Amino acid sequence: MSADVMLATLTPGFQRFLVVIALLVVAAIVLAIVSAKATPHTARRASAVNRYLLLTMLALIVLFPIYVTVVNSLLRPDVIGHRPPTLFPTHPLWNTYSSAWSDGHLGRYLFNSFFVTLLIVIGQIITAVLAAYAFAFLAFPLKRFIFVLFLSTLMVPAEVTFFTNYQTVSSFRNVPVLGTIAGYNTYGALVVPFLATGFGAFLIRQAFMSLPRDLRDAAALDGYGHWRFMTRVAVPLARPAIASLALFSFFGAWNQYLWPLVVTNDDNHRTVQIGLRQLAGASVDRINVTFAGTILAALPLFVLLLVFQKQLVRGLTAGAVKG
Amino acid sequence: MTTERVHRFSRRTREAALGYLLVLPSLLIFGTFVFYPFFRNFQLSLYRTPPFPNLPKRYVGFQQFHDILGSAEFRNSLKVTLLFAVMSVPTGIILGLILAVVAHQRLRGITIYRTIFSSTVATSVAVASVIFFTLLNPAIGLLNYWLGRGHAPSPLDDPKWALVAVAGVTVWQNLGIAFILMSAGLQAVPDELLESARVDGAGVWSRFRNVTLPLLSPTLFFATVVGGILAFQAFGQIDLLTKGGPNGHTNVLVYAIYTSVFRDNDTGKGAVLAIALFVITLVLTLVQLRFLERRVQYER
Repeated sequence: MSADVMLATLTPGFQRFLVVIALLVVAAIVLAIVSAKATPHTARRASAVNRYLLLTMLALIVLFPIYVTVVNSLLRPDVIGHRPPTLFPTHPLWNTYSSAWSDGHLGRYLFNSFFVTLLIVIGQIITAVLAAYAFAFLAFPLKRFIFVLFLSTLMVPAEVTFFTNYQTVSSFRNVPVLGTIAGYNTYGALVVPFLATGFGAFLIRQAFMSLPRDLRDAAALDGYGHWRFMTRVAVPLARPAIASLALFSFFGAWNQYLWPLVVTNDDNHRTVQIGLRQLAGASVDRINVTFAGTILAALPLFVLLLVFQKQLVRGLTAGAVKG
Repeated sequence: MTTERVHRFSRRTREAALGYLLVLPSLLIFGTFVFYPFFRNFQLSLYRTPPFPNLPKRYVGFQQFHDILGSAEFRNSLKVTLLFAVMSVPTGIILGLILAVVAHQRLRGITIYRTIFSSTVATSVAVASVIFFTLLNPAIGLLNYWLGRGHAPSPLDDPKWALVAVAGVTVWQNLGIAFILMSAGLQAVPDELLESARVDGAGVWSRFRNVTLPLLSPTLFFATVVGGILAFQAFGQIDLLTKGGPNGHTNVLVYAIYTSVFRDNDTGKGAVLAIALFVITLVLTLVQLRFLERRVQYER
């Protein structure tokens, strides 16, 4: 299909939309060129204004979907459908949030997500530190082979194994203790498969290996056994790597979707991501509650972002950028 | 002397025992939830699931690979997933780069803008999907209204636009992490290099093209490969936005695995598709490792 045929089939409104976007882009480029060309003496102030204009425009585009969601969460459902749309709530209905929290089970979903995420993060740090210590400081037969086994788990995404794991977890039902701890529709089912991490073990092993070799000898002279050396010397020195791992596993666990979807089936165990799926199916007359629930679901990570922005950026980009 | 040797020997044994003890927890988890299901997939893929439950599974060997990988449905899934990756990954990286370049300057209050540009890392696939699902809703959706579609069906129900819409949602959701990555990449470009290029008379574009971009290429490559791997694992946005429809136009690989197992109870087919997904991921990962190896050699 050629370009103009495609344009012709577009509805006029979409063309209008494209024109607006194109104008914004052109304006952004013009502003960028003007501010880049401006000499320090003549146009410093004008250039600063331009820069702020450009930044603000882009910020508005990025935030627009969130803004509309916040506005809609505060409107009556019948007002949301009005045209032209309401872009500022004059009579905000704050009770949609309490309604989403209790009737929409958001409180429960968020608790479940936090609980499951916390267990996974702690579990991954523990198993990864232990394994990394073995790889970095201990000699044992088949070490290289086992290390390669750890790395090979990175090649098998959870999307490849999820339904066989679902069968495994379901089969726990008939096993006495395992069934109640980690069987279908339990917290354990959400947590246990993710208690080990090849990536994390590798990350922390690298941090351990970069410690000076004399450190272990010096500690041994001081009578430190492996356990004391690990907890008092190696782990504190590897803190940045551990923080990085904590961040990765937090995001990974919090954002999980496929696995919680297939191993939970009631509101007592559903995580917030699956809870949103329930909420999205709500009827149109409760759509403002859906919007409120979406905001509530995003809020915890947003607060984390505000508080830990620097650490977050450093942790998330570890390994991706040279130096 | 004998006692010393015995002592040394036992210390080595104890060290090895400790080593095994420390890797054991991880190995138990990997064994149960990574290696076992991985090999079980191969086993399942050789058996055809009977049309009615309670009938025994029939061994068909590699015939099932032949049947499923040759089917129009699989080719469609592969095409859709590839299209999804091609539409979402480069767009996301380019937009993230634009934001990063614009925010890469010393200005009062720039941190506020940086926070806003990274803000979508706080949204999950589910959050982003629910936001856009309602924005594109024909009855109440603002976006649908502004797209001039009035009360026409949502683009998510339109065979021509469904995948584009899903990719768009994904791009928005990944904008934050793309911005963070690209900003970090830009920060690694030394200022002196840009300054000396400027002294040599290089313009803005020329500096970006000849200094920044080459130094940014490792970051761009990393983002492309990891983005590609993640695009092939996309599931949540499909489940929430389109359920693979309309008429298979967004039936990505993982969604096809999900429906074949959880809707059609066809584990044989699911296993074959899962193995296909594994092979694709493997190839992309090897490409990345290959590159990382080369980068290490550059540094030395």
